[in-house]
Amino acid sequence: MDFLRPRTWDEALAFKAERPDATPIQGGTDVMVEINLDKGRPAALLDLTAVPGLDDWTREGGEVRLGAGLTYARLIAELGAELPGLAQASRTVGSPQIRNRGTVAGNLGAASPAGDSHPPLLASGAVVEAASVRGTRTIPIDAFYTGVKRNALAPDELIRAVRVPVAAGPQYFSKIGTRNAMVIAVCSFAVALHPGERRAGTGIGSAAPTPRRAAEAEELLAGGLDWEGRGPLDPGLARRFGELVAGAASPIDDVRGRADYRLHALAVMARRTLGWAWNDYTGRAAA
Amino acid sequence: MRVSLTVNGRPAAADDVWEGESLLYVLRERLGLPGAKNACEQGECGSCTVYLDGTPVCACLVAAGQAEGREVVTVEGLASGDDLDEVQRAFVEAGAVQCGFCTPGLVVQAHALIAAADGVPGDAEIREALAGNLCRCTGYEKILDAVRLAAARAVAPSPGSSA
Ligand SMILES: Cc1cc2nc3c(=O)[nH]c(=O)nc-3n(C[C@H](O)[C@H](O)[C@H](O)COP(=O)(O)OP(=O)(O)OC[C@H]3O[C@@H](n4cnc5c(N)ncnc54)[C@H](O)[C@@H]3O)c2cc1C
Ligand code: FES
Ligand code: FES
Repeated sequence: MDFLRPRTWDEALAFKAERPDATPIQGGTDVMVEINLDKGRPAALLDLTAVPGLDDWTREGGEVRLGAGLTYARLIAELGAELPGLAQASRTVGSPQIRNRGTVAGNLGAASPAGDSHPPLLASGAVVEAASVRGTRTIPIDAFYTGVKRNALAPDELIRAVRVPVAAGPQYFSKIGTRNAMVIAVCSFAVALHPGERRAGTGIGSAAPTPRRAAEAEELLAGGLDWEGRGPLDPGLARRFGELVAGAASPIDDVRGRADYRLHALAVMARRTLGWAWNDYTGRAAA
Repeated sequence: MRVSLTVNGRPAAADDVWEGESLLYVLRERLGLPGAKNACEQGECGSCTVYLDGTPVCACLVAAGQAEGREVVTVEGLASGDDLDEVQRAFVEAGAVQCGFCTPGLVVQAHALIAAADGVPGDAEIREALAGNLCRCTGYEKILDAVRLAAARAVAPSPGSSA
């Protein structure tokens, strides 16, 4: 095995072009588990933690650009107001020690259907900045997940950053697990209201081969919510929203939960998170 | 490969390190620091917790080469000679140690909590901070006692105080 340690981003891209078989490593919270448990040995490790500036974020217009090396701990401490849905999801990842090392880009690299950052990234319409020696392209988040633990990156590409629109309305994330810590989601759900555009975004986790949006449920909210009048949430609409979210999932039975339980839990989480978000939206109007 | 780093304030180097090796292995097997424990090697138990550049992390999930040029503090680095650190002393006084396997990781994690806390942390804050450290013996109550004791002393250090 080789250990490659670029000191600049250009050097990192050059290494990846030369060695497309090298496994990038940041927090190592996925990569090192695999190596320690001997579930496969990478030909080389490409350590990105010595590249300066990769662990920072910047505000660029209406977006926050999260550097690939930004840890969950810093995202939680510094971006709770701008990106509330992603910050809530980040708070549920592993334990403090895991959040001190783990990154959103690592979550995207692993592309597990259960990764906690995916539902809020889908709900807020993030884009992934993929870079290689050939140049940089942006991949819309809902085109990024291509299969179980597979993503749209080419072999010579690295994630440089993730661009997430600053929240324009309330956002919520909800996750089912056996404890409040150290839990891989049985299933999870995120909702984001975009009142300026009279629409809502959704993201479903751990209930299909990839994280995914619930398109019909989003259409229901765009047309059905009382955006102007900010009246109370119609319980029938909330219930229908839950049904459409569950309908968009295609879960399996596995060690963490049964498919029918996941569908039930998704409908409940969808209804509840929508209720919280709508309360915030209408409450703000009253204030 | 060779890995050079600072451990407990002193420069250290390990040779013939395998590229896929963890920082935990380097500390325990190459640098003779068996304080951080190896239990799960998958980030679940926290018994390998050390400071890396001032932040508590699971040493089992840090690739050795990632620690090149960095500063590591292990549980051995908290005491000064035979003088235990306040957190270690509180664990002894509160009876928070049984088999002791989880203790080094808990001490480092509690040390970080108390250093960062504004005043004495509440129970919810302590539980959340220690959520990644498993103990199979104590049932956690005495551990919580120890953290409260050390935190209270950190806020109002009074030399003659007893538990
Ligand atoms: C004890 C424990 C608990 C956990 N709990 C949770 C949880 O609750 N929720 C959750 O979602 N996850 C959880 N995880 C999984 C893991 O922490 C997350 O997936 C985390 O986001 C990975 O980030 P990392 O920086 O550590 O990634 P790494 O392990 O460094 O990398 C992960 C993957 O991404 C690739 N990669 C990394 N950086 C880049 C880049 N810049 N460009 C392209 N590819 C890249 C790597 O090659 C690898 O395939 C847990 C892990 C452990 C050990
Ligand atoms: S040995 Fe590192 S967390 Fe268990
Ligand atoms: S004292 Fe035995 S595991 Fe905690």
